[in-house]
Amino acid sequence: MLDVLMHFCPGCSHGTIHKLIAEVIDEMGMESNAIGITPVGCAVLAYNYIDIDWVQAAHGRACAVATAVKRLNPEKMVFTYQGDGDLAAIGAGETIHAANRGDNIVVIYVNNAVYGMTGGQMAPTTLLGMKTATTPQGRDAKLHGFPFKAGELISQLDGVCYFTRQSVHTPAAVRRAKKALRRAFDNSMEGKGLSFVEFVATCSSGWKLSPVEANRWMDENMMPFYPLSKE
Amino acid sequence: MEQEIKLLKGNEAVAEAAVRCGCDGYFGYPITPQSEILETLMELRPWETTGMVVLQAESEVAAINMIYGGASTGKRVLTSSSSPGISLMGEGLSYMAGAELPCVVVNVSRGGPGLGTIQPGQSDYFLATRAGGHGDFNMIVLAPNSVQEMYDFIFTAFDLAFRYRNPVMILSDGVIGQMMEKVTLSPALPRRTQQEIARDLRSWALTGKPAGERRNIVTSVQLDPHVQEGVNHRLQAKYKAMRENEVRCESFLCEDADYVIVAYGCSARISRKAVELAREAGLRVGLFRPITLFPFPYAELSALNARGFLSVELSAGQMVEDVRLSVGCRARVEHFGRMGGVIHSPNEVFEALTSKFTDK
Amino acid sequence: MAKVRGTLVIDKERCKGCGVCLGACPFKVIELNREVNGKGYNYLYAAHPDLCTGCAGCALVCPDSCITVYRERTEQ
Repeated sequence: MLDVLMHFCPGCSHGTIHKLIAEVIDEMGMESNAIGITPVGCAVLAYNYIDIDWVQAAHGRACAVATAVKRLNPEKMVFTYQGDGDLAAIGAGETIHAANRGDNIVVIYVNNAVYGMTGGQMAPTTLLGMKTATTPQGRDAKLHGFPFKAGELISQLDGVCYFTRQSVHTPAAVRRAKKALRRAFDNSMEGKGLSFVEFVATCSSGWKLSPVEANRWMDENMMPFYPLSKE
Repeated sequence: MEQEIKLLKGNEAVAEAAVRCGCDGYFGYPITPQSEILETLMELRPWETTGMVVLQAESEVAAINMIYGGASTGKRVLTSSSSPGISLMGEGLSYMAGAELPCVVVNVSRGGPGLGTIQPGQSDYFLATRAGGHGDFNMIVLAPNSVQEMYDFIFTAFDLAFRYRNPVMILSDGVIGQMMEKVTLSPALPRRTQQEIARDLRSWALTGKPAGERRNIVTSVQLDPHVQEGVNHRLQAKYKAMRENEVRCESFLCEDADYVIVAYGCSARISRKAVELAREAGLRVGLFRPITLFPFPYAELSALNARGFLSVELSAGQMVEDVRLSVGCRARVEHFGRMGGVIHSPNEVFEALTSKFTDK
Repeated sequence: MAKVRGTLVIDKERCKGCGVCLGACPFKVIELNREVNGKGYNYLYAAHPDLCTGCAGCALVCPDSCITVYRERTEQ
């Protein structure tokens, strides 16, 4: 982790998840062997915070980028870091096919049910009834379709060795999440296939709530629809 | 040493060249008329010999982004497609130019617009030389007119891509991709080792951050407009150096020519025959063939003293604009070309020449 | 009986005053200050440092890595 102030809004889950990734890479002694792929979205500047080699991918294409990085450098530990707009909307195809090929990468998927960077518009993951900048009356299934469970979809594919859904809003959740990340990174180095680590996360700016209220809202509304894994 | 000669399709020659030039990875998606490139690579199984990775991507969009990923680690990576697929790759090409990554992209072009036809076309000239994607960027564009050049230009293109850290496009067409000719194969070059990449390319390539050293970041995003403008100035300086150093062209019977046909790729082959027909008819006609379409040989073309120039392309007239820029008002410039996958015959070119330049 | 006592070091200029740490503290050791830091945030401070057991829950959930927790074993 580099000693710089992060650009994220107060209370944003990205900061905590970044910290966990940095800790796991450090504990594995993989600082010189890791290559990360950043998305388009709030996490585009992740490379400013975690002190490893990074490549910034076009919107949604991180899994395609990671596929080639890993196949051409099989000894490297390769992971993508993507939001739900990046991964589940524009990048759904690339994600599904990397998963289906079983590429030995880790996909870290931060799902906060909105587009954060562009100002809180509807994402595929936006809950029914949820108000966003582009669903001011709330998401209506007839108009916008249904919330997209990318994790469940991906986990059906034969190339995926590990799917887990985590959060970072309580100390216990953070401890569990770190173990999950470690397992995912270990899988990739053992050549077991693609590991998909989803984080249910908050976007207090996009949700127009205080960080504390956002955590509560997430518990009450996101968790029933996107249930966390037991471990 | 005895020369190794093979009878190959243009597309097969690309695959042979990729393996022999030490290419690290090919990522592509099937599309007519270039699918033999991927098919031949899968037949050759270079992963068992040189260690080259070959992967059929799920789309052209994925393929170009795989190329982006591979290039970011300092590897020699290749993709190929045909016109509609190249349109899909535009965003990726722009990212690669912005992030200053080397790669080679082969476009075996076909007639358009839209899904168009699977028959040959040369209507991607603007796409290749003017707007491969969004933003101010250029790529060196090489236009082969034989199967041998399809083979040779893979080597040239990789050299140029790494010299300038920029995408290089080989703009071919369905004629050159599909026709068979004998090809002299050069001795195989080894792939660069991981140690060589770390030693020679660490200033930008992702090889894993060495302990105690600074990390590398491959990106094309600069949120500060002044920093972004600085990036643009650096890129433009690079394109200027390409214009100054990388022009390639060829002349045939141009010294005494009253009229010069300007053509590249398959049209250059057809036009050469038309030049022979014209000479037999007692007309002093020559052929000028740009080999690099970017940088275009403006000075070389402008140095010719002909009275008329005929740009022959399988398009509605795209390269003709560069011919006009070269010649200015000094001589007449006309265009002739068939479209939609129809190929002009040497006779048609000869007739177009005589009818367009008949002094009235 | 051995007892663990915690000491918090808070980087007040780094703190964005989000408050997600408050709920992570089982003993209400920390509060947001009524004063603001250089960035205009009501920054975190240890209002009741004597109650801290060094569980580090606050540091775990802090998105901006503002909190360092030291643990000290004391005999009682």
